[in-house]
Amino acid sequence: MSISVRVQQEDFDLATEYQRLAQNKQCGAVVTFTGLVRDSVEGGLRGLELEHYPGMTEKALTDIVEEAQKRWDLRGVTVIHRVGYLSLNEQIVMVAVASGHRQAAFSAASFIMDYLKTQAPFWKKEHTEEGEHWVEAKQSDQQAAEQWSQQQ
Amino acid sequence: MITVKFFAVLRERLGLAETQVDADVSTVQELVQVLKQQSERYAKELDRYQLLCAVNQNLLPLTTEVKDGDEVALFPPVTGG
Repeated sequence: MSISVRVQQEDFDLATEYQRLAQNKQCGAVVTFTGLVRDSVEGGLRGLELEHYPGMTEKALTDIVEEAQKRWDLRGVTVIHRVGYLSLNEQIVMVAVASGHRQAAFSAASFIMDYLKTQAPFWKKEHTEEGEHWVEAKQSDQQAAEQWSQQQ
Repeated sequence: MITVKFFAVLRERLGLAETQVDADVSTVQELVQVLKQQSERYAKELDRYQLLCAVNQNLLPLTTEVKDGDEVALFPPVTGG
C-alpha cells in the first residue's frame, strides 16, 4: 500500500498521479476526485487564499488515510492539497484511491474527502470584487463526516 | 510555558500568529480563560467563533489536558477541500 500526502503551492497533474497508482498489479480500480475553485458567491469571485497549519496538516491527512486503510482493502492512496492563492477554476485538492475493486475505492475516496473537510487544518478566504472574507464551515460537511463514524 | 498558535480569521483579527503563555492551567479551556483575562481583544475574539483546538498538532476537544512545553492551536472550524 503506497501512501502519498502532499501539501503544496504548485498545481498537480491528474494523469501523472493516476498513472502512478494504476501501475500496481493488484489494482483493479482507481477512483479520483478533484476539487476546484468555483464561483460560489453569485459572481464576482476572483480567487481563494488557502491557509493551513504547517506540520499538523500533513499529519492530519496521513491519519485520515490510515483510518481509510483500516476500513477498506486499498492498494494506494494519494492526497494532494494546494495552499496559497488560487484563482477561479484552479485545482484545489485531489484524492485518488486504488483498490482491488470499485466499491472500496469509491467509498474510501468519499470518506477521505468528508474527513478532510472537517478534520484537516485548512481555511479558505474568498477574494471577491467587493472584498475579502473567510469562508464559514458548513453544517452539511460536518454531517457527512459524522455519518461515517456512525457506520463504524 | 505553553506555545499558543492562532489561525485564519482568529489570527487576522488578533493580529497575532503565536504567543507564549506562562500560567498554571490544566486544560485548553482554562488556557482560553487565562487569555481572555489578559486582554479585551482576546476576550472578544475568542468568544466570537466556535473554537476548535489542536494540542501538539492533534485535533482534540477543548477539555484536553495541557502541560508545560505543549503546542496549542486555536482556530475556527476548518474549511479546506
